[in-house]
Amino acid sequence: MQWTADEVHAEVVRLLEPFNPQSVDLQPETDLATDLGMDSVAAMNMVMEVEDRFEIDIPISLLPDVKTLQDLVDAVLAELSKKPAQ
Amino acid sequence: MSLLDKYDKVSLRHQRLLSFGRDPFNICMDRIVSATEAVINGRDVILVGTNNYLGLTFDPDCVAATADAVTREGTGTTGSRIANGTYASHRGLEQAIAGFLGRHAAMVFPTGYQANLGILAGLAGPEDTILLDADSHASIYDGCRLSGAKLVRFRHNSPEDLDKRLSRLSGGTGGTLVVVEGIYSMLGDQAPLGEFADVKRRHGVELLVDEAHSLGVFGDRGRGVVESAGVEEDVDYVVGTFSKSLGAVGGFGASDHPGFERLRYTSRPYMFTASSSPSTIATAMAALEKIQARPELRQQLWQNARTLYDGLKDLGFTICAETSAIIALKMPSEAAAVYMWNALMEAGVYVNLALPPGTPDGSSLLRCSLSAAHTPAQVQRICEIFGSCLEALKAWQATQSAAE
Repeated sequence: MQWTADEVHAEVVRLLEPFNPQSVDLQPETDLATDLGMDSVAAMNMVMEVEDRFEIDIPISLLPDVKTLQDLVDAVLAELSKKPAQ
Repeated sequence: MSLLDKYDKVSLRHQRLLSFGRDPFNICMDRIVSATEAVINGRDVILVGTNNYLGLTFDPDCVAATADAVTREGTGTTGSRIANGTYASHRGLEQAIAGFLGRHAAMVFPTGYQANLGILAGLAGPEDTILLDADSHASIYDGCRLSGAKLVRFRHNSPEDLDKRLSRLSGGTGGTLVVVEGIYSMLGDQAPLGEFADVKRRHGVELLVDEAHSLGVFGDRGRGVVESAGVEEDVDYVVGTFSKSLGAVGGFGASDHPGFERLRYTSRPYMFTASSSPSTIATAMAALEKIQARPELRQQLWQNARTLYDGLKDLGFTICAETSAIIALKMPSEAAAVYMWNALMEAGVYVNLALPPGTPDGSSLLRCSLSAAHTPAQVQRICEIFGSCLEALKAWQATQSAAE
C-alpha cells in the first residue's frame, strides 16, 4: 500500500500508545526519551513495531537521530520511499 | 551544565537501589576462597553468579601452568600483537583453539568484549549489513556500531523474522552478516541454530555465533551449541571468551574462511591494544586442555543445574528458560528483585541482579549460574536459602501492601 505523510503520522501515533503509559499528548515535537521516558531498549523495541507495520527496516544506526515523533515519521517516510513500487 | 549532569536520573535510580541495603553493582569480595565461595562483608557466601561453569579457577594444574608462565615469561608483554606482544604462547593458544573447534584459524583477544569488537568491526564495514538478534550482548551491539555497517535488529530467537528482514534488504554492494549467540547470557535461553542455519543458507549470507556461555558447556566435545545443534558447517565465524568456562581472561574468534587472518592487520581492536599477559595465556591453554581431558566436569555441571532448576521450580519461581547452567528467575517487580537479592546476600548466597534496560522485556531478574565445582550439599543449601528468602519476601510484600 502507498502511505501518505498524514497516514504515516496517524499510524505512528497509534503504535506509540503502548509506550505511552502516562498518556502524554502526542505532538510532532514530542521527545521520545524525555517526554515519554523511553530508554534505549524500549525505543528499539518500539521501532520494531513500526518496522513490522510498514514492512520496512530502520537501521538502528540511525536511531540516535530519531529524537521526536516527527523524526520517527520522517524516518519511516524515508524508508518507504526506498521501497520498490508494488 | 556539567557533562555528568545527564546521568542525574540514572543516579537517582541508583540511590533508590541503595535504600534496600547493599549496592548490587559494586560488590567487593573481601577474600575469594574457592570457585564457589567467598567472604563478602565479613560473611561466608556461596557464589551462584560467577559464570565459572566448570569451576576451573582454582584447578591445581591451571594454577601451576599460570605460575610457571609468569616465572618464565614475565608479568606482561608491554606491547600489542602487531608490535612486540606476540609470543610463541599466543600463537600456541590460537592453534590449540582452532584445533579444539576444528577450525582453520583462531585469533586471541585480551577480553571477550574485545573479541566481539575486533571480529565484528573487522569483518563488517560501512558498505555491509549486519542483522543482529535483538537480545544480543552489549559487546555485540558495540562491535556492530564500531563497524559502521548498516545495523538491522531482528526479533529474539526468531528465524522467521530474520528471514523476513533478509528478504527486505535491497541489493547493496556489500556483504551481509547474521549475528546470534549460542546461549543468551541473561535468560539462559538457547538459539534455534538449525533454523538460523537454514535461513542463512537460503539467503547466501554469513553467520557468526557467539559461544561465550556455551563453550565447554554444550556439545559432546564441549565446542558449544554450534556442535550440539550439528551446524558447524554452516557457521562461518565463532566468537568466545576465556572468562567463563575456562576460568581465565580473554576471548577469541575462529573461522575456516581462508581470508580470516586478514583481520590481524585490519581490525583496530586487535591491533591497538596490549596483548594478554603470558600467564593469562597459560591459564587459558591449561584450561582448554582440562575441558578436553575431563568431560565429567560438564556432566557434573548439568547435574547441578538440573537439581537447582527443579528445586527452584518446586519453590514456585518463574524460570525464564529450559534447564541450562544459567537459571534466571523472573521477579514480579524491580523492588521484589532488589529485596530478594539483598535477603539472599544476608543469608549467604550471591546471585546476579539484572534490571532493565539490561534485560529483555523490561524484566527484573535474579540470575543464577551453576558451576561443576558446586557440591551437592551447596546446591541443597542454595535451594533452602532461596526458600527462606522467598518467605521473607512474601512477608515484606504483605507489609508493603498494608502500608499502601
